[in-house]
Amino acid sequence: MIRKIALAVIAILLCIGLFVFPWMKAVLTVALAKGIVVLGIMLLLRAGQVSLGHGMFVAVSAYAVAFGNEWLGTNEMLLQIPFAVVVSGVVGLVIGLFVARYRYIFFAMLNLAFSMVFFSFLQKSYRLTGGSDGVSVQTPTIAGLSLEAGTYNWVLFFLALALCVGCVLLAFRFFRSAMGQALSALKTNEVRVAYIGISPWRTMVVIYTLSAMLAGLGGSLLAYTTGHVTPELSYWTRSGEYVFIAILGGTTGILGPFMGAMVFEFIRTYASAWLTNAWQLTLGTILLVIILFAQSGIWGLFAPPPPKAKTPEEKRYDVPAAAGD
Amino acid sequence: MDLQLFTLVLLDAVSYAALVFLVAVGLSLIFGVMRVLNVAHGAFYAIGAYTTATFVIWLEGQGASPWLSFPLLLLSAVIVGLVLGPLVEFGLLRRIYEKEEILQLLVTFALFMILEDVQKLVWGVRSYFADTPLQLLGSVEVAGVFYTRYQAMLLPAVAIIVLVGLRFFLRRTLPGKILTVVTEDREMAMALGINAQRVFLLTFTLGTMLAALGGALAAPTSSVSTGIAGEMIVLSFAVAASAGLGQIEGAALTALLIGFGRSLAVYMAPELDAVVPYLIMTAILLFRPQGMFGLPQARRV
Repeated sequence: MIRKIALAVIAILLCIGLFVFPWMKAVLTVALAKGIVVLGIMLLLRAGQVSLGHGMFVAVSAYAVAFGNEWLGTNEMLLQIPFAVVVSGVVGLVIGLFVARYRYIFFAMLNLAFSMVFFSFLQKSYRLTGGSDGVSVQTPTIAGLSLEAGTYNWVLFFLALALCVGCVLLAFRFFRSAMGQALSALKTNEVRVAYIGISPWRTMVVIYTLSAMLAGLGGSLLAYTTGHVTPELSYWTRSGEYVFIAILGGTTGILGPFMGAMVFEFIRTYASAWLTNAWQLTLGTILLVIILFAQSGIWGLFAPPPPKAKTPEEKRYDVPAAAGD
Repeated sequence: MDLQLFTLVLLDAVSYAALVFLVAVGLSLIFGVMRVLNVAHGAFYAIGAYTTATFVIWLEGQGASPWLSFPLLLLSAVIVGLVLGPLVEFGLLRRIYEKEEILQLLVTFALFMILEDVQKLVWGVRSYFADTPLQLLGSVEVAGVFYTRYQAMLLPAVAIIVLVGLRFFLRRTLPGKILTVVTEDREMAMALGINAQRVFLLTFTLGTMLAALGGALAAPTSSVSTGIAGEMIVLSFAVAASAGLGQIEGAALTALLIGFGRSLAVYMAPELDAVVPYLIMTAILLFRPQGMFGLPQARRV
């Protein structure tokens, strides 16, 4: 009960803050956008895989937004966003067909490799992408209306909020579905999953594509919020940030990514002033502390306590520890 | 392509492969024994390079014989290995052997992030140039191409010594054999009374030293600046994974392969030079997911 009250208080404080401090709007919009990306990371984490290269899909979709005018022939946000999501979904499917065979280290590092290839492609093809200077995103029309800056930012914020709520609801349903349930089974023992007739490879391809689309959705919102896209979106430090947020927020609750993203963005906004040279150091230290001492992340502060430790009798049916392999 | 260009490509490839091999073999060794992919390995390489650059520049200021810079290269690698290796293994890794594989990966990733900033705090963001050893050895003519003796001869020689030395250590000496046993079957080795923890400590220190040696030898060949750690970890992973993680002789071969591909790209298609190592790795893993020399693992039900 206390946890629920605490959650409600935080939500109310955020709402008040939003109206009192207008700058919070931009911070929160970025946090919501990153939360959606991290939801995609969480999808993979539930299956026991970590991607150190999802910045690539964020970048793919951000560039799709930036070039939306040329490629799509329209400056309409409500068309550009689905377009960007589809583009990153297609890229995700193609890469997913390849990486879905790999697990753990290979999965993580291959994703890293792909994102770095894309990073250097963006940087080197100067004529197409403007190199490391990046491309500006034109202010789009929303449902045919060209809005002035103040209103545009509000609309963007509420659009991000609505999309987050939509994603959370869909994620709830997905995790209850057969495939959603299969994820934790995949994490525990893949061969057994195959024996009961579920293809691990197909499951991985599907969730990889989904996570790429979520990263794309978040990426398109990020592109609009910042108004400028650079190759750095695909750099490994960015991908690392998403994984960091996922662990920070906790992977057990669907709200975890969003809580993590908000805390992350607030720390970044405040701490970047006096931590410019020690930003990675701060992130790394927090990450270590969470993994070693508080594995359920921020969500763990609010979630009900985990079920009691298993009795030896129950433990007998668990997977043997993978010690000798 | 004429002969001169080909020679140049070949020399570039060999000197580059020698450096990457030193780093990749440490990574591979640590993974083989401990089953932990040490992402912070690239940071050890960078710290080795920075330490060496600092020492060599300090030596220049002292007015001592410049030939002393060679023992300094070795010394800095040993110091970095002996300080960082046990510190990280004992202080951090020892707590995570029982955790999930992805959490282990994230712990070393976090360590990498921390060390990345530690380098900036200690050495700043400026570049260091310490090419005394490179200048001392002069250059050599190979098939009409002038190339520095340091890169054409010393680097490959060190790589070969390390390769042969490691083979000898692992096959012929008792500690090496114990290490091999732990690699093959940790549970069985422990049941036979082998102190796996001590083996881990030894392996990790050795691996760290090799990464630092790679950095120390790389320091005179180019400027030491921020960002080299990230580049090297991905590259050495590409080499180690293409060979099959844990394969030492294989890593030497894939280092040459990737080195050759990269230098070829530098001359033929410069915009691709950063991408070629990944392309080679991807192509190999596509057909042999365990790497060129890796053995497929048995499925566990």
